[in-house]
Amino acid sequence: MNLPRGALGVLLVAALVVAGLVLPRWLVFLLALALAKGVAVLSVVVLMRAGLVSFGQGLFFAGAAYAAGFAMRWWGIREALLLVPWSVGLAVGLGALAGLLVARYRDIFFAMLTLALSMVLYGVLIKAYGVTGGSDGIRIPTPTLLGLQLSGDDARLVVYYLAVAATAAAAWAVGRYAAAPAGYLAHAVRDNEVRVAYLGAPVSRIVYAAFLLSSGLAGLGGALTALNVGHVDPGLAYWTTSGELVFIAVLGGTGTVLGPLAGAVVYELIRSYAFKYAPYAWQMLVGAAMLLIILFLPGGLWSPVERVWRRAQG
Amino acid sequence: MKTPILEVEDLTLHFGSITAAERETVIVYPGELVGIVGPNGAGKTTFLNLITGYLRPERGTIRFWGQDVVGLAPHQITALGVGRSFQIPQLFLTLTVRENVLVALATREGRWASVRRPLHEPARVQAADEVLLQFGLLAQADRPAGELPEGGRKLLDVAMAFALRPRLLLMDEPTSGVSAREKFQVMDTLVQALREGGITALFVEHDMDVVRRYATRVLVLSNGRILADGVPSEVLEDPEIRLAVTGRR
Repeated sequence: MNLPRGALGVLLVAALVVAGLVLPRWLVFLLALALAKGVAVLSVVVLMRAGLVSFGQGLFFAGAAYAAGFAMRWWGIREALLLVPWSVGLAVGLGALAGLLVARYRDIFFAMLTLALSMVLYGVLIKAYGVTGGSDGIRIPTPTLLGLQLSGDDARLVVYYLAVAATAAAAWAVGRYAAAPAGYLAHAVRDNEVRVAYLGAPVSRIVYAAFLLSSGLAGLGGALTALNVGHVDPGLAYWTTSGELVFIAVLGGTGTVLGPLAGAVVYELIRSYAFKYAPYAWQMLVGAAMLLIILFLPGGLWSPVERVWRRAQG
Repeated sequence: MKTPILEVEDLTLHFGSITAAERETVIVYPGELVGIVGPNGAGKTTFLNLITGYLRPERGTIRFWGQDVVGLAPHQITALGVGRSFQIPQLFLTLTVRENVLVALATREGRWASVRRPLHEPARVQAADEVLLQFGLLAQADRPAGELPEGGRKLLDVAMAFALRPRLLLMDEPTSGVSAREKFQVMDTLVQALREGGITALFVEHDMDVVRRYATRVLVLSNGRILADGVPSEVLEDPEIRLAVTGRR
């Protein structure tokens, strides 16, 4: 069977659309959360392509989520189609600033610097109670879509479809980036930075561009999470949130666009069930699942699917 | 009179008490194939590193087509038309052989940040395959670069620099690590590609037979100084020079 990759994407989007209509509400909510997280995981994967592991994506994830909250609280904006671009824009702005510092670092130094920056935001969110609500966070009211007031299950479903559309757009954008010279140059930086410079390309700007794309994706994930959950709190900026995104990237596999998204869905399912049946040991179960993946599927959950796909394509 | 492609004047650099370059002055004209010889630690690779901006001299000027390039970063000097290959091939080992050249071609086009079209555009793939054919690597195009034997890696390393269509190519020991049997074969391929592309080249080399056979001119370096500069058949016959370079008269 010779099916172009774009057609596979369309099929998956169609399946997600149908899933919104037929699956129980709680599962639709879980899927929306997983997709939002999956987009944020893509942000980790974009950086991994350039050989960089960020433990601070929470900076952009939380930054964008709070941006949506502030826009609602201060300016009364409830239109989802305004809130999402505004939040992503703010995350990219944060990335533009942070990138000036971190884009020149590599390896553990990059990882620790990104972690430190996200923890600075965490500290600010906790301490600035009057503005951020401290550890209580901010409530996010139900958004409107194209001016339509939404409520109850309808609102949940609309946010879900918004997540599906945004995830599809993000996956398309990352796929296009990965196949383009910009994505290959990022890969080349991971392989051999010196050679990239001796081909006449500025390494720092390649890394900076990847960092901007990554911050935008993490921001998109944060904005979608905020709209879906209806509440934001400083935990979104905490290092465990950033670590969770790296965890899911490894779980799903970092070589493809669909791997991280599939990883996010599986992770949310494992976590929900583990939490339900073993509330005091759910982390252990998630960790055990990760160990099994590393032992038996070192390329990530998606790797067997990718192998079958490639074989089918000849 | 021809305009020099490269003018190096009074180039000086020390690493602590070690002299890496001492008042080096060289003028290279278009079409020359200059061999650089000297014992280990003579400053041959340092000379290339200075020209390509990897190191900054304490004193002296480097002009490429009349433009002062001291203080420019390697990527800026490369973009001006100075290509470089390495003693240890610098490849993108997890990319395929073809993708290595495609990345070089995209960079030459100034499209390193482009997301509008894929890297594997048909016209670019065709151009990459032409380069690979020229260097005898087309049959290996779809293999990861990390799977190539040493001779193949050397050729790919130069092919990537060559794909940039440089006006000046600096090669650091293009035949090191290549078997004696393959050595002349590799050099034949390189020199033919240089001639076809009208590229001026400097190459660091330890094998005097290679220098005699291919260089139109030879620079002899020792302790960061230029000991001799002339036609290989004359310079390499000088017993003092032979002693300085090989340790034998």
